[in-house]
Amino acid sequence: MSLSRRGFLGVAGAAAAGAALSPGIRLIELADARSPEEAASALNRWGLLIDATKCSEGCDACVTACNEEHGLTSLGRPQTDAQWIRKVTLKDKQTGRVTTLPMLCMHCAEPPCVDVCPTGASFKRADGIVLVDKHTCIGCRYCMMACPYKARSFIHEDITGQKPYAPRGKGTVESCTLCVHRVDTDRIPACVEACNADGGKALQFGDLNDPNSKIAKRLATEPSTQIRADLNLNTGVRYQGI
Amino acid sequence: MNRKITSLLAVPTVALVVGLLSGSVAADKKPARVPTPEINIERGEKCVEDTDYMRRHHQDLILHQRDKTVHEGIRTKKYSLKNCVDCHASKETNSVVGKEGFCESCHAYTAVKIDCFSCHTPERTEEAKVGLPAPSRDPTDMIKRSVGAVLPKTGGGG
Repeated sequence: MSLSRRGFLGVAGAAAAGAALSPGIRLIELADARSPEEAASALNRWGLLIDATKCSEGCDACVTACNEEHGLTSLGRPQTDAQWIRKVTLKDKQTGRVTTLPMLCMHCAEPPCVDVCPTGASFKRADGIVLVDKHTCIGCRYCMMACPYKARSFIHEDITGQKPYAPRGKGTVESCTLCVHRVDTDRIPACVEACNADGGKALQFGDLNDPNSKIAKRLATEPSTQIRADLNLNTGVRYQGI
Repeated sequence: MNRKITSLLAVPTVALVVGLLSGSVAADKKPARVPTPEINIERGEKCVEDTDYMRRHHQDLILHQRDKTVHEGIRTKKYSLKNCVDCHASKETNSVVGKEGFCESCHAYTAVKIDCFSCHTPERTEEAKVGLPAPSRDPTDMIKRSVGAVLPKTGGGG
């Protein structure tokens, strides 16, 4: 969903107003908590910074937390089981150095899955979160083909026991939602929460557009990379130490 | 052309259905000749809108809310499907589907297929179970509930 002209002018105006006032005083607080009636805004762009050096090989706290949060249960057929986040282990053949990192939807600013979707079901929210509207998804799986990160899963079978905030059903494609139900209520994604509690504190969630957020400050001062940066997708998920 | 005929037919059909539903409210003494929907509201004093309005327009409210929530992240409680289910789920099964489920019994009666619950959970949330009266086994209560339709006089429910 691209920003309409009117929407863009609104955002630009708000940004200009924010910049025009004296330092420390803004008309619109960038990282303010939203009320439930308020729509997601393009003033925010949610993202993740993943430090692979803090991610240890045996740990899968983020994967477990994601599965638990969204009710992703295995149907005993690993080839078709949904995976919203997976651990990837890389080994440098020359040096033998092993790197392990979580891979998930990169929440691209220019998402290929949105480009190819014939029904508009695959869309990017104003705040940068890439989602599937399962009401309009016809299960064609073009988006799965288009995604360079293999981030999406297809639901092959009838499922029950869904969580109230995470509806899932046969014949639709799904992927990481960046825990949109949590973000909307001012909480951090389940994987980040789990990594902070039980893992190596490798995940940092925050607003890339807010220069005062921890994630934006780190991205501004520390080296980081995008996976497949050559595709120019401007990913919302960035990595360190890979 | 076809569409015109369908819409011409749709008006009396809706009127008939609504008529039948309100008829079942009035005639709650003797069992109906045809199987009538189960209308057991277990929780909450009053629905978000008047019963008559909800009977005709609940689908529009849910559809509108659905797009607002998915695309804009507006998560107001009032017209959310979760809020519907939390009040309307059966006290026994905690679900709005199944033979006595609030949604399914009426939709089966009117022969309108719902597919909400192939993705959404038909069960009320754990939070909504708190404070719910325990399932009653009192026979008089059971009868009262199966006639169902004894809605609060304030025009709530539905």
